[in-house]
Amino acid sequence: MATETARTLQLRAPLTEDVVRDLRAGDEVWLDGTVWGVRDASLIRFFDKGQRPEGADFEGAVFIHTAPSVRMEGERYIPVSVGTTTSMRMDRFTRGCLEDLGARAIIGKGGLSQDSLQHFATLGGVYLSITGGAASWETLQIEEIEEVLWEDLMPECLWKFRVRNFGPLFVTMDANGTSSYQQVKAHTQAHLAAAYALLDD
Amino acid sequence: MLPRYIQTGSDSLYDDLVQVSAGLYKKALTDLPPDVRSAVNRVAEVEVGGARTRLDVMVKSIDVSDRTGIIVCQDTGICVFFVKLGTDFPVNGAKLIDALRRGIAVATKEHDLRSSVVHPITRENRQDNTGVGIPDVHVEFVDGSEELEILLVPKGSGSENMSYLKMLSPAEGISGVKRFVLDSVIDAGPRPCPPTVVGVGIGGTADLCAGLAKKAILRPVGEPHPEPEVAAMEQKLLAAINATGIGPQGLGGSVTSFAVHVEYAATHISMNPVAVNIQCWRGERAAATISSDGAVSYGY
Ligand code: SF4
Repeated sequence: MATETARTLQLRAPLTEDVVRDLRAGDEVWLDGTVWGVRDASLIRFFDKGQRPEGADFEGAVFIHTAPSVRMEGERYIPVSVGTTTSMRMDRFTRGCLEDLGARAIIGKGGLSQDSLQHFATLGGVYLSITGGAASWETLQIEEIEEVLWEDLMPECLWKFRVRNFGPLFVTMDANGTSSYQQVKAHTQAHLAAAYALLDD
Repeated sequence: MLPRYIQTGSDSLYDDLVQVSAGLYKKALTDLPPDVRSAVNRVAEVEVGGARTRLDVMVKSIDVSDRTGIIVCQDTGICVFFVKLGTDFPVNGAKLIDALRRGIAVATKEHDLRSSVVHPITRENRQDNTGVGIPDVHVEFVDGSEELEILLVPKGSGSENMSYLKMLSPAEGISGVKRFVLDSVIDAGPRPCPPTVVGVGIGGTADLCAGLAKKAILRPVGEPHPEPEVAAMEQKLLAAINATGIGPQGLGGSVTSFAVHVEYAATHISMNPVAVNIQCWRGERAAATISSDGAVSYGY
C-alpha cells in the first residue's frame, strides 16, 4: 500500500522531531547509529515501576521491540540472533516512550493501535515496521552491542545496539495520522464481498 | 530368543536418537525446506513495490542463514514432533519420547538457542526449551515398516497464537466452514508474518479438529490434498484469502498465503467443527528417517 510519493531515506539515530514529522507512511528507511532494544519487562520497569537507568539518554531515541539471543565472549555480548517481536503487546507504553523518555521512533512488527497513532501525531513520533521472521538478515546489521543496562532482566534488558545500514524499514504509522495497517484494513473491507463470492464459485 | 527391541534397543540407539533430535531442531531453524524456498522466490517475483522489498528480505535472510548458520527467525518456537513408527522398528516408545525431549535440551545449550518454553502458571523457564508435555510428540504406527520417521516443527508463537476453532452447527454447512477460514485469516492480519500456509481441519471432535489443522501445515507447501474435491476447496479458499489484499507482512500485496491445506475426519451428525492453524512464511520443519540397521537420512 505504498503511496506514489514513497521515498527511500537514509537516517541517523537519534532522530529530531523535524525529521520524524517529515516521514510519510510508505517511506522506506535505512538507519545508522544507535537503536535501543526494549521489551515487555524493561518497559514495565520504566513505566509501572517508574525506574530509569543511570547515564542513559533517550532524547530522539529509536526503540526496537526485541529480546535477542546473545553469547558472551570475554566481557562482551555478541549477538546470536536479533529479531523483532509483535509490537501490540507493548502498545500501552507508546505514550510514555515518546513523552517521558523522548523517543521518536519505534521499530516493530504488526503495528500498534489507533491510540498509539494519535500519540505519534500529538508528540511527534513514527512506527517503523521491519520484516518479521527475517532475523538472520537483521542480526548481521548489528555492528555491536555497545551497552547492556538492567542486565538482571536478561534477555529483556535494555540493549544499546550500534547499527549500520539497518533496514529496509517502512514507515507504517506516521505523525500525520496515516496508518498503513488501517489502509490495508479498508482495502480488505472493500474487497470482502468479492472474496466471499470466490468461496462459493 | 529375546524380542528384537531388547536386543537392539540398546542405550546407543537412544544416544543416537538424542543426536538426531538435536540435529533436527537446529536444521529446522536454519535450513528452510525447498518447497518453502520456492514459494518465497515465486512470490518475490510477482509482488511489486514495498511488498516485493519485504519478500526480498525473506530471500536474503534464507541466504544469510545458509551461509552463517544463524537461525532464520529469532523465535525458537515450541517443539512438536510427528513420529511414524514402523511396527518392525525395534524401539521402546517411552525411551524414544524421552530421547526426543533430551535432544531439544541438548540443541538449546549447544547452539545458544533462546529457551522459549515456560510453565503456563508460574511462567518459569527451564532454559532448555522443554517443560511438562513439551515437546509435544504425536506417534502413528506403520504396519510392517522397519523405519522410524521423525518430523519436527518448532512452531513459532506469532502464527500459533493465530489459531482458531469453532464448533459450527451442521445447518451452517460447508459454506459456514469456508467463511470461518476466511474470517480467521482476516482476523490474524499481519501477526503470523504472511505469506502464510493456512492449515484447516474439518470434522472430528474439537481436539481432533485442531490437530488436523496442525497436521495440514506439515504438507510441503502447495501440495494438493489427494482427493480432487478437497483439493478444489483448497484452491477456492486460497483465491478468497488472496483477494483480501492483506499481503506480505499484512502491509498489502497480492499474496497473503502461499497455500491452503485441508485435512478432515468423520464427525458426528449434530457437529460441524472447523479449525485453523497458520504457519508463518518461514515454514520451519525438518525430518529424519532411521532404518532398522541404524542408517539416518535427513530431509524436510
Ligand atoms: S510470526 Fe513466525 S516468522 Fe514471524 S516472527 Fe513470529 S515466529 Fe517468526
